[in-house]
Amino acid sequence: MDLHEYQAKELMRTAGVPIPPGKIARTADEAEAIANEYGVPVMVKAQVHAGGRGKAGGVKFCKTPADAKEKAQAILGMDIKGLTVEKVLVTEAADIASEAYVGIIVDRATKKAVFMVSAAGGIDIEEVAATTPEKILYLPVDPRYGLMSFEALRMGFFLYSDAKLARAAAKIMQQLYAAFMNAGCSLAEINPLVVTPNNELIAVDGKMVIDDNELDRRPDIAALRDESSEAPSEVDARNANLTFIKLDGDVGCIVNGAGLAMATMDLVKFYGGDPANFLDIGGSSNPEKVVNALRIITADPNVKCILFNIFGGITRTDDVANGIVTATKQNPLTVPIVIRLTGTNEEIAMKILTENGFSASSDMDEAVQRAVALAKGEAA
Amino acid sequence: MSIFIDNNTTLIVQGITGRDGSFHTRQMIEYGTKVVGGVTPGTGGQTFDDSVPIFDTMHAAVTATGANTSVIYVPPPFAADAIMEAAAAGITLIVCITEGVPVLDMTRVYPFVKEHGARLLGPNCPGLITPGESKVGIIPGRICAPGNVGIVSRSGTLTYEIVHQLTSAGIGQSSCVGIGGDPINGTNFIDCLAAFEADPHTKAIAMMGEIGGTDEQEAAQFIKDHMKKPVVGFIAGQTAPPGRRMGHAGAIISGSSGTAAEKIDAFKAAGMGVAQRPVDFVELIRARLS
Repeated sequence: MDLHEYQAKELMRTAGVPIPPGKIARTADEAEAIANEYGVPVMVKAQVHAGGRGKAGGVKFCKTPADAKEKAQAILGMDIKGLTVEKVLVTEAADIASEAYVGIIVDRATKKAVFMVSAAGGIDIEEVAATTPEKILYLPVDPRYGLMSFEALRMGFFLYSDAKLARAAAKIMQQLYAAFMNAGCSLAEINPLVVTPNNELIAVDGKMVIDDNELDRRPDIAALRDESSEAPSEVDARNANLTFIKLDGDVGCIVNGAGLAMATMDLVKFYGGDPANFLDIGGSSNPEKVVNALRIITADPNVKCILFNIFGGITRTDDVANGIVTATKQNPLTVPIVIRLTGTNEEIAMKILTENGFSASSDMDEAVQRAVALAKGEAA
Repeated sequence: MSIFIDNNTTLIVQGITGRDGSFHTRQMIEYGTKVVGGVTPGTGGQTFDDSVPIFDTMHAAVTATGANTSVIYVPPPFAADAIMEAAAAGITLIVCITEGVPVLDMTRVYPFVKEHGARLLGPNCPGLITPGESKVGIIPGRICAPGNVGIVSRSGTLTYEIVHQLTSAGIGQSSCVGIGGDPINGTNFIDCLAAFEADPHTKAIAMMGEIGGTDEQEAAQFIKDHMKKPVVGFIAGQTAPPGRRMGHAGAIISGSSGTAAEKIDAFKAAGMGVAQRPVDFVELIRARLS
């Protein structure tokens, strides 16, 4: 789960990271009032789950409250990578002497949380990694001991030769690590970490991504989810315990298991079609899931054909068949459906489907080719 | 012959009284797995289905039965502790089926398991099966047949699909291992490939990867440098949008974004057969067995 910048900063601030004051505005007038309150130049920053906000014109420097109002007016409602800006962060603008990057991610290779720090901050760290990798220090943290003082200080001195700054940076590393662990992050970053002309460190931008598997045991973090900033169909799917990602094609895919779901999409493409989505109904047997999956898929006007691909292991294919029958009785289909079922209770499933006027195959390639042809309006 | 499990596998089921645990315990017993005990704290002294003794702790279960393997069906918040409990009790192969284990938990679990000299498979995996001998986990037994093709995969149902197609075409398996799809797992492709290379009964290997990370590229390098047996690979997610679980920063350390194209190129560079579709495994494997 992605957090907004203002949410990530709040969690970092709680852990002690120095962050300039800021507040959320949902209207231009609110932005003006906040700028008035601070009485100094401010930044107005779009709060959406998309990278490249600055390049898209969603981050502006404002000298006066009137300026803040005008800029907020322009940013609110703006479309950034398909997402509408509903709120802006109004924060005191910082004077910048230098910019650094500090990030923590969970790394698959070392199987640890790993710090990445670089004095080349303020720009994409991906670019730094690609062009000047020697400017990045990687430091894996042993989870049994946590971040040790000497490690934090080593990173501090990697960024700053000035001992006072190095120590201040080391303290921020500890604070960021605490925030990372407390929130159950898979990523936390400060970019840029700024040295002000007064030789003080402040975190000007912050980002956090939470491991979805942490949310059940961290209700305070789960409550930060902003459903208004996500595609409605994806919110709907998540609430129904389905994994769904919308794509641009016209073959709606309903599959059990992520690997098979991806392989099904690949096969649709292989036979000349275009998948409309990734949808994994998961491993458990529950006709309700099938009903929800069909509702979500059929809500997409691009879908010209629905393809079920179910390999019954834990999933009982008769449950899926019952789900299909129930769902289509509630909401009759307006597009053709192709069903491929095999595995647990296949004979019962086939009987249920046949009795209700559906046909089904047990061969994956055959079913995918048929779905692709139907989506193109060809008789299969 | 096989890898990791065989007729000598003696199994404890952690979470044996739960919905999934009890269902799959029956399936494993029916398949012929030697299930010697179960653990659910608070129900020690009872018996599962009048045949399997239940214990309160892994320590008690291992002391009483001498089991060498455990399988975990406990809910995600308890899975990390269950894995470490098994390792501390002296279990040498721990198979964690549980999906949804927080990745930060796994950063603590992994070194603990290593220090205790145990092998962890998973979490979030379907387990493994040695056809005709033993199955540990949830892979449906009836889709497998004894033979000499080793299977290693990151996914569940996709593995079933491919094993089913191989079996239907008369191609049996030595062992099928699902390593799981989580970012931090106990056993990776290379561990399984090395075991298959060393297993005299395995003649060819089918490997199913997915987008994300660099495990498949590293496996390809291992195959090129250390393996004599033929390997056929497949990557799921050739048309998938970039993964959402890990931000871009996740790819920086490895210097790769983990796309399907990169992985397939790595397979080709290692001289592997590449299956474009699941069904292609049948002919590619058959050609390498003859």
